[in-house]
Amino acid sequence: MLTCKDASQLMSQSLDSRLGLFEKAGLRFHLLICHSCQIAYRQLDFMHRLCKRIAAGSEDITSLQPGLSAEAQERIIKELRRKQGEQSSPGN
Amino acid sequence: MFRFAMVKLRDEYLAEDAVQETLLAALQGQKNFSGDSAERTWLVGILKHKIVDLIRKKVREPTLVNVDESMEFEQDDTVDAIFNETGHWVTPCQDWGNPDKVLDQKKFWEILTLCLKRLPPQLAMLYSLREISGMETEDICKELNISSTNSWVMLHRARLGLKQCFELNWLGDVKMGAK
Repeated sequence: MLTCKDASQLMSQSLDSRLGLFEKAGLRFHLLICHSCQIAYRQLDFMHRLCKRIAAGSEDITSLQPGLSAEAQERIIKELRRKQGEQSSPGN
Repeated sequence: MFRFAMVKLRDEYLAEDAVQETLLAALQGQKNFSGDSAERTWLVGILKHKIVDLIRKKVREPTLVNVDESMEFEQDDTVDAIFNETGHWVTPCQDWGNPDKVLDQKKFWEILTLCLKRLPPQLAMLYSLREISGMETEDICKELNISSTNSWVMLHRARLGLKQCFELNWLGDVKMGAK
């Protein structure tokens, strides 16, 4: 008999890989009799789906992020110049 | 590019590194740019690789100890707080109703970012590779050199931690909003 702890491990695993027949049956049976785990399953599935949606079309979320600060831009440009310089100078 | 990296890494400094590494690689590989794809697509392609590189480095950082060791060690703390000694939920799970309706992506993202910060950094990184970058567990295991069992245990911990955090931070909101 699976405990809720075991069941939640299988729920999570089912989002990452296919469960074995035995595991699947165990989880199904547990879900039939355990209300809390039914809810937990929906919650995990919801988080998984929403992440997937964000990953698929992350434009909206991306535009919410802060942009690159002026200082950071400067740091990057400096660093690129330095590295480019290193490469072009012979003997390196 | 920076914003894109922020979504995946949620850390300004790492994101800045990712952009810098990408630009450098792009400058060096300019000749290889076939022109078949748009420049933007090409750059984002490089950026994705650089992001995975950075996460790999971060996960292997000595300060964060060995993935396996610290995992075994912390395992019981997080999960055992949620379950009692007989393996049942300490507090029954609360129904979120139909979260698709009440929660838009922005709000979800805000809370997710907040909650990820509260997880141990390795778990957060692993979760974000799997769920936000959408990598397959198999590939993640190869990249990070961990077993699949290990990755499942860690992802389980991450998800339960996030679920708890969501319940605290977002459910409160929704209930208030519903009034």
